[in-house]
Amino acid sequence: MKTALELVRNNFRQYGMFIALILIMLLFQLLSDGNLLKPLNITNIILQNSYILILAIGMLLVIITGHIDLSVGSIAAFVGAVSAIMMVQYGMSFPVAMILSLLIGAVVGAWQGFWVAYMRIPSFIVTLAGMLLFRGLTMLVLDGKSVAPFPEGFRAISTGFIPDLPGSDGLHLLTILIGVALSLVYLFMEWRARLIEKRYSLEVLPYSFFILKLAAVVAIINLLTYVLATYKGLPNILIMLFVLVAVYTFVMRKTVMGRHIYALGGNEKAAKLSGVKTKKVTFWVFVNMGVMAALAGLVFAARLNAATPKAGVNFELDAIAAAFIGGASASGGVGTVIGAIVGGLVMGVMNNGMSLIGLGIDYQQGIKGLVLLLAVAFDLYNKNKSA
Amino acid sequence: MTTLTDTILEMRGITKTFPGVKALENVNLKVKEGEIHALMGENGAGKSTLMKVLSGVYPHGTYEGDILFKGNTCEFKNIRNSEQLGIVIIHQELALIPQLSIAENIFLGNEQARRGIIDWNHTVVRTRELLETVGLTESPNAIAGALGVGKQQLVEIAKALSKEVKLLILDEPTAALNEEDSENLLNLMLAFKKQGMTSIIISHKLNEIMKVADSITILRDGQSIETLNVREDQITEDRIIKGMVGRDLTNRYPERQPKIGEVLFEARKWTVYHPSQPDRKVIDDVSFNVKRGEIVGIAGLMGAGRTELAMSIFGQSYGKRISGQLLKEGREVKLTDIRKAIDNGIAYVTEDRKEYGLILMDDIKRNTTLANLGGIAKWFVVNDYEELSVAEDFRKKLRIKTPSVHQKTGNLSGGNQQKVVLSKWMFTGPELLILDEPTRGIDVGAKYEIYTIMNQLADQGKGILVISSELPELLGMCDRIYVMSEGRFTGEVTRDEANQEVLMKYMTKSKAGGRLA
Repeated sequence: MKTALELVRNNFRQYGMFIALILIMLLFQLLSDGNLLKPLNITNIILQNSYILILAIGMLLVIITGHIDLSVGSIAAFVGAVSAIMMVQYGMSFPVAMILSLLIGAVVGAWQGFWVAYMRIPSFIVTLAGMLLFRGLTMLVLDGKSVAPFPEGFRAISTGFIPDLPGSDGLHLLTILIGVALSLVYLFMEWRARLIEKRYSLEVLPYSFFILKLAAVVAIINLLTYVLATYKGLPNILIMLFVLVAVYTFVMRKTVMGRHIYALGGNEKAAKLSGVKTKKVTFWVFVNMGVMAALAGLVFAARLNAATPKAGVNFELDAIAAAFIGGASASGGVGTVIGAIVGGLVMGVMNNGMSLIGLGIDYQQGIKGLVLLLAVAFDLYNKNKSA
Repeated sequence: MTTLTDTILEMRGITKTFPGVKALENVNLKVKEGEIHALMGENGAGKSTLMKVLSGVYPHGTYEGDILFKGNTCEFKNIRNSEQLGIVIIHQELALIPQLSIAENIFLGNEQARRGIIDWNHTVVRTRELLETVGLTESPNAIAGALGVGKQQLVEIAKALSKEVKLLILDEPTAALNEEDSENLLNLMLAFKKQGMTSIIISHKLNEIMKVADSITILRDGQSIETLNVREDQITEDRIIKGMVGRDLTNRYPERQPKIGEVLFEARKWTVYHPSQPDRKVIDDVSFNVKRGEIVGIAGLMGAGRTELAMSIFGQSYGKRISGQLLKEGREVKLTDIRKAIDNGIAYVTEDRKEYGLILMDDIKRNTTLANLGGIAKWFVVNDYEELSVAEDFRKKLRIKTPSVHQKTGNLSGGNQQKVVLSKWMFTGPELLILDEPTRGIDVGAKYEIYTIMNQLADQGKGILVISSELPELLGMCDRIYVMSEGRFTGEVTRDEANQEVLMKYMTKSKAGGRLA
């Protein structure tokens, strides 16, 4: 039987960065005189970081396979630019333009995936080339100028909120209801998993811890939806992020494809000899990254309401940092979608918090760098201790 | 002057604990000056740990007990300390840097320099002398990575000699060597002994130990069980095994009544070219068959093309311009990729389980199911619980020694790792299992278990193809043995005709008709 201490220690490792995120939020909540967790600011944090989080999900997959993608910022800018040309200059309807843009992202990803997977050129080099290539193409497409404005419907992706039920005023009722519904779904799934685990006579969390965990998660969900409800309700982009996180978590944890991605990153040769089509998997991971970069580019363009040649600069670094802070391993094979999201939020909350308390950009950069280094060092220290 | 009875090294009451495990408990080791002392024990018995304590990898203070070298108490803080006294250890895994030359490797960390400037002439001259001592004629400027494993091992020894070694420790020096290279190395050890050097050798190969060792200390479960004097006490191999496993092991190969059926798998005129040297035939016109319920061996020297043959059949995972026919139960099959090979009921258990067999950072259950995720998935969704029960099943069936299937495979001993690899391939439901050096680096007890599994599989009507460099293993296990030399099959012998001499004769048969050097 595990002792309570051991349990806490094991779970601390698993949830370490999540706890750190909460501590950082509390710290800035204090330093900013309670401004950080105001409904308006929470909404802002979500909107500001949405595109980085989207990139972080794609980047996580790339990093798990043992690769890296430096080109995502440029691809985001390129796709944003092309979408602007389609919508603003040619007056294409925005759903059509979006689908075309995502396809372009897929093609770009396929281009890079081809060089990495089949020609076996190191991804660092392929995507470094891509970073320059697509930045150049962005400038070419935009002719060095910004293109604006986007149609209203398109902008709503990044700046809109879900509609409310008729007849509610003040509090956004639908948001609250969604929170409650999510909690119920979550409770049901956890409960079912526990029953199955018991049937297979697996070790499960002690009952008290189990209830504590459920209560904490339900509280966080409902607190978040309540706070958002007091402002304008759930942002559209949060729904999109939620769906992406859910889908990718499922793919990585539960599907054969996900297993193959982890196996490839863990030991490419062994995976190959076990029948994993390593080249194909690598190729599709890059195609996926291209689509995610395109999506991030659209979201960013919609938020800015313009496509600019300088869009997406340094996005790749934020996305990579998010994945590593979230526990991904630089040598591949390790990492979780939730981890990458938490990593992205750590960076995002710190950006926002430091701006709120008026810290200069010089300090902000330096502090973020140190956080990245310390987070990875902490993670390695823990791994060595457990080995 | 020293006589043979002087003790050069004494380790007294060594106890070393890792979090949760006692790796060594009150171990005593006494090595006499000028002797070859063998350290034996099953995997996990603590041999390597003991040597790491001795060489300072685990510094003084992290263990209990005393080390006396030439009568003086030693408190090594790191490897450098022990090397200064002339205690040099050569590890199981070769530590040469493949891109550097022999000379650069030998003097790595010990550069022949004056005021920071390396004297290359002196380095090369010294290297040449050292190479001569170990019987190598290679140029000091040759790139280390281009040498065969056997020669690399000799370079390692030359490197040790460059440090004015008083006590040479060899950790499984012949594990990766073929019979000839092993022979060479052992003779070299005997030559060094004549010159008065003391060595400690760790090995699983009993015949080698019998050949060179003067005394044997046996470890079991982290404790020193006994020290045997090979010459005086008339020690036999069985006596050593008894000490290692703690019981009598009457037969090293389990009994089996072969029930051989129809031809299961056949290769005809199989020819494979080297992947990067387009004109070089690696496999030349090879034909063979394996019947149901049959264990077929492939013997050959290192470099004969045995692994290449297996991998080229297994989904063309090796080689280019592959030609010839593969037939399964009389019907031709095209195994153009590994997935197709697996789907056609072929499994290949690699000779290099760490590099090619396992994902060491993953746990047992994930490794077990990797090659057949479809078997535990519905609509591409993996059922974790099903996976757990599959892995648990194999853990019990193959007797994998581990607290749970959630254990990382990187933390398992060699024998248990091999069992996980076997589980993985057994779970794909194969008809033909190709086993490449299935017992390399595995202790006697685990070997017996692996043999038993092989027999069980054969009795279930599967075909087994075994590649092995240990001739006794082939002789003990196989119903039929093919012999390979320079990419061709030079002989086929049945169980009754086979003996070491016959196999060696075919193994050394070269294309020109003469014998290989």
